[in-house]
Amino acid sequence: MREQFFPAFDWHTVFIQPWSEYAVNSFWIVLMGFLVAGTCGLVGCFVILRRMALVGDAISHSILPGITLAFLITNSRDTLPMMLGAVVAGVVTVALIEAIRYTSRIKPDAAIGIVFSSLFAIGVILISVFADEVDLDAECVLYGELGFIPLQDIAYFGEIVIGPEPIVRMAIITLIAIVLLFAFFKEMIVTSFDSGLAASLGINPTRYQYGLTLFLSIVIVSSFESVGVVLVIAMIIFPGATALMLTDRLPIALVLSTVISGAYSLIGFHLATWLNASIAGGMTVIAGIVFGIVWAFAPQRGLIATFVRNRQIMEGSALNFSREEK
Amino acid sequence: MRELLPHAVSNGSKQRLAFSIFGILTASTIAHAAQIGKISETSWTEQALDFLSLEEPVVRTAVLGTLIIGFCCGVLGSFLVVRKLSLLGDTLSHAVLPGVALGFLWNASKDPWAIFIGATAAGILGVALVGWIKQTTHLKEDSAMGMVLAGFYGLGICMTTMIQNMAMGNKSGLDKFFFGQAAALSSGDIQLLGIISLITVVLVLIFYKEFIAISFDTGFAQAIGMPVQVLHYALMALLTFAVVVSLQAVGVVLVSALLITPAAAAFLLTDRMHWMLILAAGFGMLSGVLGAFISYLSNNLPTGPLIVLGATLIFVLALFFGPRHGFLTKTLRRKRQRQRIALENTLKSIFYLCENSDFERREFVVAELAVERNSNLPATEREILNLVEADMAEWIVDSNTPSMSGQARFRLSKEGWYRACEIVRNHRLWELYLTSAASYESDHVHDDAEEIEHLIGEGIVKRLEDRLQNPIHDPHGRLIPRRDQVIA
Repeated sequence: MREQFFPAFDWHTVFIQPWSEYAVNSFWIVLMGFLVAGTCGLVGCFVILRRMALVGDAISHSILPGITLAFLITNSRDTLPMMLGAVVAGVVTVALIEAIRYTSRIKPDAAIGIVFSSLFAIGVILISVFADEVDLDAECVLYGELGFIPLQDIAYFGEIVIGPEPIVRMAIITLIAIVLLFAFFKEMIVTSFDSGLAASLGINPTRYQYGLTLFLSIVIVSSFESVGVVLVIAMIIFPGATALMLTDRLPIALVLSTVISGAYSLIGFHLATWLNASIAGGMTVIAGIVFGIVWAFAPQRGLIATFVRNRQIMEGSALNFSREEK
Repeated sequence: MRELLPHAVSNGSKQRLAFSIFGILTASTIAHAAQIGKISETSWTEQALDFLSLEEPVVRTAVLGTLIIGFCCGVLGSFLVVRKLSLLGDTLSHAVLPGVALGFLWNASKDPWAIFIGATAAGILGVALVGWIKQTTHLKEDSAMGMVLAGFYGLGICMTTMIQNMAMGNKSGLDKFFFGQAAALSSGDIQLLGIISLITVVLVLIFYKEFIAISFDTGFAQAIGMPVQVLHYALMALLTFAVVVSLQAVGVVLVSALLITPAAAAFLLTDRMHWMLILAAGFGMLSGVLGAFISYLSNNLPTGPLIVLGATLIFVLALFFGPRHGFLTKTLRRKRQRQRIALENTLKSIFYLCENSDFERREFVVAELAVERNSNLPATEREILNLVEADMAEWIVDSNTPSMSGQARFRLSKEGWYRACEIVRNHRLWELYLTSAASYESDHVHDDAEEIEHLIGEGIVKRLEDRLQNPIHDPHGRLIPRRDQVIA
């Protein structure tokens, strides 16, 4: 069984071949993985701080009916209508969750669950009913596949070849994310940590909440063709959570999360090549492993550091006690 | 799906592969439009009759299966919803995936028991990890759940893609775990479902008190010596069982809906836990049958999503029309209360007018009431019209007065006077109570009484009278109208 399940590890096919024979393809795949994980990670830091992690999960599921409807209405698979449908679906999701919360005694967690599962169900039904017209594959929405990125249409800038279209698209989103981050950094920090202070400073916390939600929907929809709806959540939560285990400073955490995302992409790609598995899945497994390592060994917050510190405190207090008794 | 990749590359076809956002349509696409019936020639009425007659074994199995699943998920979901752990169901349903793959690898077939054991192990490990991350790091519960959900799912996807790339026998069954297929339930699955729901019912009945204690007040449960951790993990184990057996019918994403939505609907309708459990189980079964029925009507309606939408429908109905917590009922109740308070305030002002004339006059004009109420003429007239509609006042028709001049005259009916006296009595009794029993200064009591006068009922008024020994004057020296003395 073991021989069958885990392919034999061959240094050449796993590390040499991707960077010699298929170097271009590998480059695009790793770059796309990095762009996706990096952008998701930047947004994710704020998502985690605002305890919106599961709202992200909800949005990633409920964009399915959004893009399906956008497709049925415009009958095209262009980026713009898809993006629009997804963003509308994201906003509707958040609005519905808030509506249930404010009109009833249902707690936010249950509201999230009800809204996203219902919307997802509507999406699957739409796809099934209009199966002949909709060229959407629900399985593909769930998985996504980074491996197909190099096969996509190449974008040209005039005569100059830039790269596969999805990568160009994702790069633009990444750029927008970075610009927005620099433009609204202070406001995002204040509204994330102390909405009362933000309000007293004249910054409307709700507006930034909705802004973040909107941008989150955009990032999710542009990412999930390569990683799928569920793993997009991994890319949103893992880099930020791992970085926040290592530092208390948000700017450092943002930089760290980007570096970590790069590691996911590079190592995950090689893992997937070795195991002949989904690349997004490989990236997520690496993300989990990296988090596990950081969880154990982080200098301040890690399991080992905490354990040692607790023991020192215990010993210290024991010492004090014995001294007092004497 | 990945086996397509080398194929596409070797073809070297540079033409537009339909690879934009979702274009990866392959022959290996699963039949996620899985429904129970596959007969397309008959009309939907015939299909409906066919379904209702329950003659076909496929229909019987599917109905039985969805009933059991709805029941199980409803009962266990209730505990999740009241513990504010709703999304743990979602986490669980994703986290079992690597276990499913592992169980599949065990003997390379869709053996329900192997998959069941693998999935349960993965699920319990996932729940334990969420708890552990929450305990040992500063990360919040939602991040912990998100990480376990996505991390396990990623591992599961890795494993399933590896399985799909392996040269192995029947692996078609694995897809069902993503979208579910009630029609694919075998009698073996039904047996498993039956056993699990039996265990669930027995355990919930035996440990009902304990489960309630850990759900509503963990500290209390711990203090009276209950093994809180053991009970928590027992509940989680049951939950994992339920999730795993439901996966095949409704799929990974939608099983969390079956846990949350019926329970949330029940939560809106009752305040008692045992009623909530019964209602949630009923709603779960109802939505299960509803979904199975509708999907049987037409050819490409998938069962799982329809079951979820059935549950959502029940939830929305409860959300709007629930007798106590429903949105519409609550709004209506509030509106009625506002109207009543407005009415009572008008009556009170009319009483004051009467009192100012030393109880001489019984008829008043709109203008003086407007002055008393600090309001304008049209609004005051509307208030009197409301009173007239409620049979508490009547206009004194006088052809000489021009309309809308504020000089129209009116008087209260017997009922109106009675209510006016009642409300003033409430107000003054409360003022007196505050000054005498709670040592308030007499100039501090008015605003308080203004609020409470609309709320205290017959019983409290009676007790106030007894306590204050049937007083005659309020703290400001004015008369308190007595119950038997009606001014009419």
